[in-house]
Amino acid sequence: MPKQQANWSPYDNNGGTCVAIAGADYCVIAADTRMSTGYSILTRDYSKIIQLADKSVMASSGFQADVRALQKVLAARHLLYQHQHNKQMSCPAMAQLLSNTLYFKRFFPYYSFNVLGGLDSEGKGCVFTYDAVGSYERVGYSAQGSGATLITPFLDNQLKSPSPLLLPAKDAVTPLSEIEAIDLVKTCFASATERDIYTGDKVEMLVLNASGIRREFMELRKD
Amino acid sequence: MSRFEESAPARGGFSFDLCKRNEMLMQKGLKPSSYLKTGTTIVGLVFQDGVILGADTRATEGPIVADKNCEKIHYMAPNIYCCGAGTAADTEAVTDMVSSQLKLHRFHTGRESRVVTALTLLKSHLFSYQGHVSAALVLGGVDVTGPHLHTIYPHGSTDTLPFATMGSGSLAAMAIFESKYREGLTRDEGVKLVAEAICSGIFNDLGSGSNVDVCVITKGNREYLRNYMLPNPRTYVSEKGYSFSKKTEVLLTKITPLRELVEVIEGGDAMEE
Repeated sequence: MPKQQANWSPYDNNGGTCVAIAGADYCVIAADTRMSTGYSILTRDYSKIIQLADKSVMASSGFQADVRALQKVLAARHLLYQHQHNKQMSCPAMAQLLSNTLYFKRFFPYYSFNVLGGLDSEGKGCVFTYDAVGSYERVGYSAQGSGATLITPFLDNQLKSPSPLLLPAKDAVTPLSEIEAIDLVKTCFASATERDIYTGDKVEMLVLNASGIRREFMELRKD
Repeated sequence: MSRFEESAPARGGFSFDLCKRNEMLMQKGLKPSSYLKTGTTIVGLVFQDGVILGADTRATEGPIVADKNCEKIHYMAPNIYCCGAGTAADTEAVTDMVSSQLKLHRFHTGRESRVVTALTLLKSHLFSYQGHVSAALVLGGVDVTGPHLHTIYPHGSTDTLPFATMGSGSLAAMAIFESKYREGLTRDEGVKLVAEAICSGIFNDLGSGSNVDVCVITKGNREYLRNYMLPNPRTYVSEKGYSFSKKTEVLLTKITPLRELVEVIEGGDAMEE
C-alpha cells in the first residue's frame, strides 16, 4: 500500500496584503481589510494591524488565527517588559522580540507574514520585514502577503536607490514626504486590488510620527 | 470526424495507451502545465419571449487576475449563444469548433440551427474526452421549437432547466435565482434578475469579478450587451501620476551591414509552386 499523506492541514490562508514604508521622521503601515478562505469572503472589515507599543505597529497577513495568537503573545511580553523596566519597548527591541517569538515555534510555525513599522530611538522611521520563522531585516520599505509580488517591484522602482553601493539598504529611508508616501501606498493597494483576488474591500493605513498615530481608511474594489 | 477512424482500437471502447506514459512522467517529476481557469459566474434564464444569458468578465490564473474584461458569452449561431466556465482555452476551443460545425450544418440543411443540435455536438465531444476538456457551459437559444436553456458539465452530462448557473460563483448566483425567479418574466425583469445574479457572484465569489455581460435572445433577434454593467471602477488614481526613470543606458552602437556576410545570388531559385 503506497504511503498515505495526511489530508488534514492545521493551516489555512486568509489572504491579504501588508505594506510599510519608512520616512525620515514618519512611518506608514498599511493593510487591506479583507479576510477570505478559498474562494469565499469571510468578512470585508477585518483589521490586520495592531499597535504593540507606542512606537511599534505590526501588520500581518497569512493565517489570522496564528496572527491573533502571535499578537497576544507579543502584547503579553510587552506588558511584562513595561513592568520590569518601567518604560515602553523601542521598535528595534520589539523587532528582535518578534523574531525570537517566531523562531521559538520553528518546528510548528506561525503561518504569519509580518511587517513591523515604527520610529526608532532617534525618531527616524524604521521598517522590519520577516519570514514565517523569524528571519528579519531592517529595510526602508516592505510588502508581505498575497499582493506582495505585485507591489514590491513597483516600490523597488519608486523608492530603491539606483545603486546599493551608494545607499546601503539599512539606511534607506525614503526622501518622500508623508503625503507622497501615503499617495504611493494608496496607489499600490488600488493596483494590487485590480490583479489579486485576495486583496480588496478597504485599506487601513496607520501613520506614526512625532505627534502620535493617525489612522486613515480608503475604499477599494469589492469584487 | 476523422479522429475516430485513426485511433479506434481494434478491440473497441477507449484507448488508455497514454495513461502509463503519463504516470511515468509524473513520477519523474513532470508537473502538469498550469492553465488559465476562468473561475467564473455564468447564468441563464428563460423568460416569456426567449432566453437571457449572463456572465462576469474576470479570468484568473490561480490568485492573479489575468484578464479583467474577457468575454465569456460565446457565439454559436445567430440564434444560439453559449457561456463558458472552466479552463478558458477549453471553452473557447469547444465553442468555436461546434460553432463551425453548426454553420456547415446550416449550409447542408438550409435551416436555422437548433439548440439541441449544439447540445448534442458539445456533449458528445466532452464525453469522448472523459472530463479532461474542462468546459462547463450554459447553452441558450431560440429556434423553431421555442426557447431552450441547457447546462453541460465537463464529463458530458446535460440538464434542461428554466434557470441555471455554473462556475465558482454559481452558488452565489443561484441563491438570487432561487429567491426571485418566476415563470413569465418580462425582458426588463429578466435582464435585471440576471444582472443581479452575476453581481452576487462578482462581489461574493473571489473567482469572479469586474463587469457584467448580458445576452438577450428572442425569436428572430438577439442583443449582445457587452459590459452591460460596470460596477467596479478603479478606486484611486493618483493625481500627480508616477514616472519611471529611464535607467537604460546606451553603451555601444554597432551596425553590421549583413550584405558583406551573406552571399546574395541575383535571380536565385524561386519558391516551388
